[in-house]
Amino acid sequence: MAQYLLSVWHDDTYEVDFSSDEMKRVVAQVDDFNNELRASGSWVFAGGLHPATSATVVRTVGDEVSMTDGPYAESKEQMGGFWVIEAPDLDAALDWARRGAAACEGPVEVRPFEG
Amino acid sequence: MNDPSLAAVFQHEAGRCTATLIRILGDIDLAEDAVAEAFVIAAEKWPVTGIPPNPGGWITTTARNRAIDWLRRESTRTDRHIAAHRLNETMDYDESPEMQALDAFVDVVPDDQLRLMFLCCHPALSADARVALTLRLLGGLSTPEIARSFLIPEATMAQRIVRAKHKLRDNHAPYRVPSAAELPDRLRAVLAVIYLVFTAGHTAPESDELVRADLSEEAIRLTRVLVGLMPDEPEAAGLLALLLLTDARRRARTTADGELVPLRDQDRGLWDRDLIAEGHALVRACLRRNQPGQYQIQAAIAAVHADAANAEATDWAQIVALYDQLYMLRPNGVVAMNRAIAVGEHDGPVAGLAALGEVEAGQLDEYQPFHAASADLFARAGDVDSARFEYDRAIELTENEVERRFLIRKRSRLTG
Repeated sequence: MAQYLLSVWHDDTYEVDFSSDEMKRVVAQVDDFNNELRASGSWVFAGGLHPATSATVVRTVGDEVSMTDGPYAESKEQMGGFWVIEAPDLDAALDWARRGAAACEGPVEVRPFEG
Repeated sequence: MNDPSLAAVFQHEAGRCTATLIRILGDIDLAEDAVAEAFVIAAEKWPVTGIPPNPGGWITTTARNRAIDWLRRESTRTDRHIAAHRLNETMDYDESPEMQALDAFVDVVPDDQLRLMFLCCHPALSADARVALTLRLLGGLSTPEIARSFLIPEATMAQRIVRAKHKLRDNHAPYRVPSAAELPDRLRAVLAVIYLVFTAGHTAPESDELVRADLSEEAIRLTRVLVGLMPDEPEAAGLLALLLLTDARRRARTTADGELVPLRDQDRGLWDRDLIAEGHALVRACLRRNQPGQYQIQAAIAAVHADAANAEATDWAQIVALYDQLYMLRPNGVVAMNRAIAVGEHDGPVAGLAALGEVEAGQLDEYQPFHAASADLFARAGDVDSARFEYDRAIELTENEVERRFLIRKRSRLTG
C-alpha cells in the first residue's frame, strides 16, 4: 500500500458560499465520496482549507524568524483542500482522484508520498 | 558491441529481457542495469563459449543473478532489501500468492512486453515520454537514437526518460495490463507508440542499413498480440494492416548492395504478396466496420499503392482523397506534406509544390523527409537551384547512411 496526496485546486479568487445551491450540491457529493473512502479503508485524512489569503509563510535564517503574509506561491491557482489516501498502486489512486474530481467539480492533483 | 552476432541478440532480446526483469525485480532502473550488465558478460564469454542456444534465456538468467548479487550487497538500503527478499521468495516458493497472481496474469496476456508496453504508455506520462520510454525499454534504442528520431537534444531526451521512469517508480505504477474498462483509452496510446517503433525500424536512425527489420518485426509482433486480444478494436486492426502493407515493400526498398529505392522505382514483384493479402483482408474488414481512424485510413492508402501494378497506374486521386480524410482527423504538417506529395503525383510537381507551400512555415524545418520531398518536386518542376538547396538540407538532416547516399545520388543527377 502507498499513500497519495489528492489535492483540490481552484482559482485564488474563488469564494466559497456554503449557502448557495451549487455549494450544497458539491458538499453533498464530497460527503458521499468521503464515506466511500472510509468504507473502503482507503481514507487516511482529509480537509478543506480556508482561502489562500489566510496563509502565513514562516522562514528561519539562523536564529532569526521572519513571517510574510499570504501564500508561499504567488500563483493564480491555490490548493483548496486535500485528501490523503492509501491505495495499492497509482491506477487505484487515479481512480479515487477521478471520483474526487467529479465530487468536488474541480481538478485534483495526485502526488505520491515518499517511502 | 562490435560483434555483429551479439548486436543482433541485443536488438532481438534486450526489450524482452528487460520486460521480464522488471516483472521479477519490480524496478525499471535495476532491470535495465542488470540486462546491460548481462550483455557485458556475454561480450566477454560468448566469443569463447559461442552463443548459447537460447541467448535470451541466458541473458535473462544472468541479469537476474546479477541483480540478486547487487541486492544482497546493497541490502543496507531498506527498499532494496525488501526487493531482494521478495525476489528470493518469488523464486523459491512458486506457490506464493504473488507468483500465483503472476501466473493468473500470464494466462490473460502471455507477454511481459505487452505489460511493459502498457506501463510505458501510462496516461500519467506525457505522450512524448511514453514513446521515448517504449523505444528505450522495448525497442532497445539508445537515448541518442531516440533523441534523433524526435528531433530534440540528447540531454533533453535523457532527462525525459529518467523523469518518466522515476515518475512510474515513485507513484507505484502497477505492472499489469489494464482492465477491460480502461483498455480502450490505454490502447490508443499503445498504438501510437507501436507505430513510432515501426517507423524507427522502417528507416533506422544512426544506422548503416536502411531498415532495422527487428524493430519493424517487433512492432508487428506487438500489434498482432494486441489484435489477438482486442479483435473488435478497428484501429488495432488498422495499425496491423498499415504495418503489414508497409513492411511488404521492405525487400524492394533497397537494392542488392543496400541502396535505397523510392516507391516510384520499386520492383513491385519483390513486394511480399502474403503480407499484402493479409493487409488487404484487414483493410476490407475495417471498411465493413465503418469506424474510420487514422491507422485505418493510412492502411487504406498503403492498400491503394499495393493495388497498382506500377507507379503510373496508382490511383492518386483516391490517395489524395484519403489524405484529405486523414487531415481532418490529424491536422498536422507531416500529413499535409504527404498529401502534397500525392498531389504532386496526381496533378504534377507545380501543384505539389503549391500544396507543400501550405504547410505551416517552419513546422517541418528539421524534418528530413520534408526537404527530400521538396527537392524531388523542385527537380521535377525544373527548378534545379531550389532542388539542390533542398537536397543539401535533407542530406544534412538524415541520420541514416543509406538514405544519405540516395540523396547525394539524386542531387548529383540534377542538371542545369
